[in-house]
Amino acid sequence: MIEATGLTKDYGDKRAVDDLTFTIRPGIVTGFLGPNGSGKSTTMRLILGLDRPSAGTVTVNGKRYRDHAAPLHEVGALLEARSVHTGRSAYNHLLALAQTHGIGRRRVDELIDLVGLHDVARKRAGQFSLGMGQRLGIATALLGDPATVMLDEPVNGLDPEGIHWMRNLLKGLAAEGRTVFVSSHLMSEMALTAEHLVIIGRGRLIADMSVTDFVRRSSGSTVRVRSPQAAGLRDLLVGPDVAVASDEPGLLEVTGLTAEQIGEAAAANGIVLHELVPVQASLEEAFMELTREDVEYKAVLPTHHEEGVPA
Amino acid sequence: MSSATLETPLASKLDHSGRVTFAHVVRSEWTKLRSVRSTLWSLFAAVVLTIGLPCLFAAVISSHWGTMQPRERADRNPLDVALAGVNLSQLAIGVLGVLVISGEYSTGMIRASFTAVPKRLPVLFAKIGVFAAVTFALLLPSVLVAFFASQAILGRHNILQVSISDAGIARCLVGGALFVTAMGVFSLAFGALARNTAGGIACFVGVLFVIPPLMNVLPSSWNTSISPYLPNNAGRAVFALSHGSDTLGPWMGLGLFCGYTAALVLLAAVLLHRRDA
Repeated sequence: MIEATGLTKDYGDKRAVDDLTFTIRPGIVTGFLGPNGSGKSTTMRLILGLDRPSAGTVTVNGKRYRDHAAPLHEVGALLEARSVHTGRSAYNHLLALAQTHGIGRRRVDELIDLVGLHDVARKRAGQFSLGMGQRLGIATALLGDPATVMLDEPVNGLDPEGIHWMRNLLKGLAAEGRTVFVSSHLMSEMALTAEHLVIIGRGRLIADMSVTDFVRRSSGSTVRVRSPQAAGLRDLLVGPDVAVASDEPGLLEVTGLTAEQIGEAAAANGIVLHELVPVQASLEEAFMELTREDVEYKAVLPTHHEEGVPA
Repeated sequence: MSSATLETPLASKLDHSGRVTFAHVVRSEWTKLRSVRSTLWSLFAAVVLTIGLPCLFAAVISSHWGTMQPRERADRNPLDVALAGVNLSQLAIGVLGVLVISGEYSTGMIRASFTAVPKRLPVLFAKIGVFAAVTFALLLPSVLVAFFASQAILGRHNILQVSISDAGIARCLVGGALFVTAMGVFSLAFGALARNTAGGIACFVGVLFVIPPLMNVLPSSWNTSISPYLPNNAGRAVFALSHGSDTLGPWMGLGLFCGYTAALVLLAAVLLHRRDA
């Protein structure tokens, strides 16, 4: 469980994180989405106490991260920026971190096998590819068997096999009842793994909702209509909540009405239709739409779903 | 790896009884120190210089002794020979001291370190403790070896002989090792303050080797009253055999140098605690 309240961070004049309030619940994968530079990494650094908030608080399992007696058992983190000494081997890197908590060598060996770095564990981490680096980062995050796993852009730099591996890992971690908080700038990636979404833009909360809700809100919003009597149909449909656009003669893009409503209105007025298609906005488009004008968007505040915690 | 491990991401549950303690952080810092090459090379260089230079100088003096003027012979001092390497090994240890912490900043390791130990200060103090212990443990035997080896070389010509039991000799030898150790901590503090290697090395080299010659620009009365209190000069008093009016006493000097070091460490600790990592 991660709880942020009014979390704010300024770097000089620049406000990187602006009054964020959200709760990351246990047992599910929560996607943390936002365009590059929207403050995702900063938020994660604030959660870990690497940076101090300018205002507000953030707690992990009820306490500030730095107040935990054994923080690696509470949160395991993979930060976007590399956090490994390039001159040290993967094995010694993990060992040094394990020793701060009195975690033994057997655990280190186990994690090296788990992430598939067995053959290169004694090589200097500076020689690792991006993908190997991410695997070492995952091993670091899981070292303390943490209740909460927080990963910043974990699929960055991974090949397709690595991406597949990462997706399964995230789902597996959530299935074990852990809190999984994972950031990405790719909506499509999140749609595959996450159940809940926290979306930010320019440091501010834009949306905090389940993926199901997000999909519902963003699909089928536009209907494409082709008609030889397009002008007449337009006059018929336009209203306070309905917008009609037209890119070419005889073609209308209607927002605010369902295909059924349009079809029935046309039939009642004897208008001929040649085409009537609900246009499915892709999640990626919906996400871009949402974040493009992030300043104008008000936060769609916690529409918490009582769907419970899946096993 | 095999896909079998993917289905069960965590092979086993871990005992969560471990806590972050200072002893644990010390072990961690020992692992960090011994597992990078720069440590091994710097320590190797320090030992080789500490022992090698006195042997080389002893051999050179021995072979030229016959052609040296009486006044020149009188200027030679067996202790200066034995401790000749300290002047260079302090540089190797100083650079390593900066690297021990600046290397974490330049690679990003510091974020992992502070995630594991979010209270941060134990990391700094454990680093200092481990680094100082390792340096002293290597330097003291090296200085002793340097002393006995250079004496043995000089002894073959029966020149410049002193005994370790002679007044001040043992103190100077131990003092030499202590000075280099303190120098390591002094530079580590600069590394922690500068948070990058070049800046840290520039600071400590500047304080040690650039400021002293600048003193010569000042009126000589200023120079003589300030110079003994400069970090390097104060620290070196601990391995000077004789102390005039223009130098501090051995322990007074080392004490002052340790005081400067403590002040730097304190400043580094305050900033480490307050700054974003």
